[in-house]
Amino acid sequence: MAAVAARYDDMKAMSVEVLAMSTDSRFVHKIWQEEELTKMIKGGVPFPMLSDAGGKVGEVYGVYDEGAGVDIRGRFIIDPDFVIRAMESLTPEVGRNPDELIRQIKAFQHVVVTGEVTPSGWQPGQVTLTPGPALVGKVWKEWKP
Amino acid sequence: MAEMKDGCVKPARGPIVPKAESAAPVGTVVSQEGPRMRARVGKEAPDFEVNAFVSGEGFKPIRLSDYKGKWIVLCFYPGDFTFV
Repeated sequence: MAAVAARYDDMKAMSVEVLAMSTDSRFVHKIWQEEELTKMIKGGVPFPMLSDAGGKVGEVYGVYDEGAGVDIRGRFIIDPDFVIRAMESLTPEVGRNPDELIRQIKAFQHVVVTGEVTPSGWQPGQVTLTPGPALVGKVWKEWKP
Repeated sequence: MAEMKDGCVKPARGPIVPKAESAAPVGTVVSQEGPRMRARVGKEAPDFEVNAFVSGEGFKPIRLSDYKGKWIVLCFYPGDFTFV
């Protein structure tokens, strides 16, 4: 959470809206922000902190742990047509990698604009592929792992 | 930030099931299982409305589809005041 907040400038530069959600109430969110997050990140978490009462939304998104009664770490990239482009879920012990999140958003934004596809590990500026009959069997000429 | 009136319990709609799914045809048994996982890549994001805390604004309900037309990153996490 804090790690994503620390990269909020990158998110804004990509015109991405970030929403964070846990089963905590909005009241707890407010106090966490005031008591702790503002001390980790200047100004605190800049995006809305949503309250998933009872984990109902988490259930629909496949991230609600009934045993623990909480939403596990799940992350979804949703495009402007409201289509889920990517999802990742982790058990709580391991935090996310915001670099990979940003890489994926840049890649999805690139393919939506250009119609190209991006090979494994693609970073902006690297070679992309244009799918079509001419490329069949010839990917090796354009790109190697 | 203007002080907002807000009671202890403020119901939010939670997951919003599309009409086509919620209106079961006559004669079918309506499932009592509650919400099922509907999030899949390449499919429309399941909509919802929940209460939220927004820095600098205070408390307000947020509906996911209000952000339609923008790129959205939706992050779930296990809880406030946890360690990772």
